[in-house]
Amino acid sequence: MLADTKLARFEQAAMPHFDAAYNLARWLTRSSGDADDVVQEAYLRAFSFFDSFRGGDGRAWLFSIVRNTCYTWLRKNRTHDLMTEFDEALHSGTEQTASPEALQLRRADSEMVKEALEKLPAEFREVLVLREMEGLSYKEIAEISGIAIGTVMSRLARARKRLHDLLTTPASQESTA
Amino acid sequence: MTCKEAQAFMDGYLDRELDLVRSIDLERHLHDCPACAALHQSRLAVRAAMGAGSLRYAAGENLKKKVRLAVAGQDREERRQERKKRRWFHIPWPALAASAAAVAVLMVLWLRPAPNSVENEVVAGHIRSLMANHLMDVPSTDQHTVKPWFAGKLDFAPPVKDLSSAGFPLIGGRLDYIDGHDAAAVVYQRNQHVINVLVWPAAGAHDDRLRASARQGYNVVETVRGGMQYWAVSDLNPAELRQFAELLLAP
Repeated sequence: MLADTKLARFEQAAMPHFDAAYNLARWLTRSSGDADDVVQEAYLRAFSFFDSFRGGDGRAWLFSIVRNTCYTWLRKNRTHDLMTEFDEALHSGTEQTASPEALQLRRADSEMVKEALEKLPAEFREVLVLREMEGLSYKEIAEISGIAIGTVMSRLARARKRLHDLLTTPASQESTA
Repeated sequence: MTCKEAQAFMDGYLDRELDLVRSIDLERHLHDCPACAALHQSRLAVRAAMGAGSLRYAAGENLKKKVRLAVAGQDREERRQERKKRRWFHIPWPALAASAAAVAVLMVLWLRPAPNSVENEVVAGHIRSLMANHLMDVPSTDQHTVKPWFAGKLDFAPPVKDLSSAGFPLIGGRLDYIDGHDAAAVVYQRNQHVINVLVWPAAGAHDDRLRASARQGYNVVETVRGGMQYWAVSDLNPAELRQFAELLLAP
């Protein structure tokens, strides 16, 4: 009988993804305190919407709620983070040319990658976290983020390029990276 | 495959989202092109630094507990609201409608307008006249005694008729006071039934109809004729009372 209650079903569907949900919120808000608030809010929202969740992939469903809660929160509390609305064209630049990065990274230090990732726009962090940390497919990311599959691919390409640039550019020149 | 194409397909290849034919082409290109191979290696290096879980943030146990509590709290609140809603919908609507209708009827009865209050007074006057042994101020079966008796006491002359031949003998008259008027009470009889006819000048229009009603077991007939308001009250049956009224009012 207990397993039939909404609370029990929610526990089964949503709580296994708690750490992944927190990780996404933490990367999007870049603050542990804010991530705590956002995750709690997202879980409460997920619980209210739970009746409309028709089984299926609980993780993707939860991620999309966490993601949306994060952006709502960022718009409300961190307007300067999203001061310039993310613009595909603006961030695409002209780097997709035949000239590969000048420097090859043979090994990347996790701590450095972490710092570099923190410097990327939220939309780049979002696709990288979902792809590299959660191992989601383009299709899953497209559904969670509400963008086209082609956009997922191009956004990932630009995100990786920016990341690479940050990792190979001396700190003094980071601002122009 | 050109370097430009190789770079365009690099991410799809890294993410295993590239189709097989292009993947093989790309691998061949990477084998032949050191620059693109270096780029590929760089990507793999960054991925290795990110993917091993080293960049993952773990939620604290406290947060997990806190969120569980919050969700459980919301669950309780939702169920409380649900119960409240159910209670509301479970109100026995037919019973409620019936009692509302009953209240409405009572209100209507309560608020019955003024004409009935005159009828009340008339019937009450009739009952009082029988109870208090004050049926007549002038006991007489002679209309020529009764009619002049009123003359000195009222500013109008009530019609007094001799209907004894029709079986409604006159037995007297008295003064009464109804609805704020001095009224003449002319008393007739039908066998053992007393008929009180209350008369006073009426502002109302002439009325050809006789309005019959019943109240507290008494029958009442009312009309307005020739500027006079007539009320006849008796425990006589309605048919005979109406017959009496028609005889009384006949020109």
